[in-house]
Amino acid sequence: MSDPTSSTAADKTRSVLECHWSVELYNRLKGADVRQVAYVPDAGHAQLIELFNADRDIVTTVLTTEEEGVAIAAGAWLGGDRTVLLMQSSGVGNCINMLSLAVVGRFPLLMLVTMRGEWAEFNPWQVPMGLATEKCLHAIGVRCLRAESPDALVETVISAAKLAYDADQQVAVIIGQRMIGEKKW
Amino acid sequence: MVDQHSALGRREAVAVLLKDRGDLLVVSGLGSPSYDVHAAGDQPGNFYLWGAMGGAALVGLGLALARPDRKVAVVTGDGEQLMGLGGLATIGVVRPRNLTIVVIDNGRYGETGMQVSHTGLDLDLSRIAAACGFGDVRTVSTLVEVTALRELMQQESDGPRFFVVKVKTDAEERSLPFRDAVHGKNRFRAYLGLPPS
Repeated sequence: MSDPTSSTAADKTRSVLECHWSVELYNRLKGADVRQVAYVPDAGHAQLIELFNADRDIVTTVLTTEEEGVAIAAGAWLGGDRTVLLMQSSGVGNCINMLSLAVVGRFPLLMLVTMRGEWAEFNPWQVPMGLATEKCLHAIGVRCLRAESPDALVETVISAAKLAYDADQQVAVIIGQRMIGEKKW
Repeated sequence: MVDQHSALGRREAVAVLLKDRGDLLVVSGLGSPSYDVHAAGDQPGNFYLWGAMGGAALVGLGLALARPDRKVAVVTGDGEQLMGLGGLATIGVVRPRNLTIVVIDNGRYGETGMQVSHTGLDLDLSRIAAACGFGDVRTVSTLVEVTALRELMQQESDGPRFFVVKVKTDAEERSLPFRDAVHGKNRFRAYLGLPPS
């Protein structure tokens, strides 16, 4: 393990810390007493997922499809836990009917959605759902708050967490693809 | 199409399953399982789904993770569970020690006219659950066996349990729980000592 080019835990931690908005979001969500995190991985959420997975006080659940997270969040709330869902815009389409549960039961719901298909996108398959993401969420009754910069994102997530957990709202924070950056190959 | 080869009535099976349940928390899947759980005795530790098809087991997972001090049972139907097969994989890797999924399997979609489901066409849900990592997987079709399941649900386990209760296809009279999910949520949370929301 003395190979200086190998990826050590310290390197990993450093790379996470360099991405300050993920750390800030992690701290803020912890501050909002989030206890469960459910996700389908996305590159934009990679560091946030890593931070939560390393935290023994947080229960993280990797999903096979995003709608599972909507059901988990409702069950968690029945038992007193606050949950945040992490997904990519394509996953919003998978959630639609399950979101009825959050809306009809007025279950607090906080989703952080990283956008694809809207800025410097190379993959045409991401475009239709990218166009439909906010419309679908509005149509089923979920409020969308959009953020296009790290500062705005942190502020928006704080606001969304209050709306969700204190005002029983169903809220999606839409994280613009321009902020996440182009997918690197 | 295969016959169910079960003489067990669903209403009776669920009544036996939930008899003397103590402080067991119960989530019921939409359709007949919600009516069965309601008929077995309405109480604040029940949360009835009237929709969210495919989500019952995952509601149970979120609850089981939030309350590791309590036993949680999900009582759902074959059609409902078939819509959320991926959820079995999710539960299988989380491995909660306090969660039991009970599928009341009549091989039919009872709410929509008794059309045959995949289990009615010979798909074995218990094998899927076993492949997903559920440790204790059983298929039963008698009241004596259901009584044994009842006792197991109260015990801590190494991982999640998955029980299939084969029942006959006869429809039972509906026993309708309230449909207001906000009421159900607040009643359930109050039962656990949590504030309404």
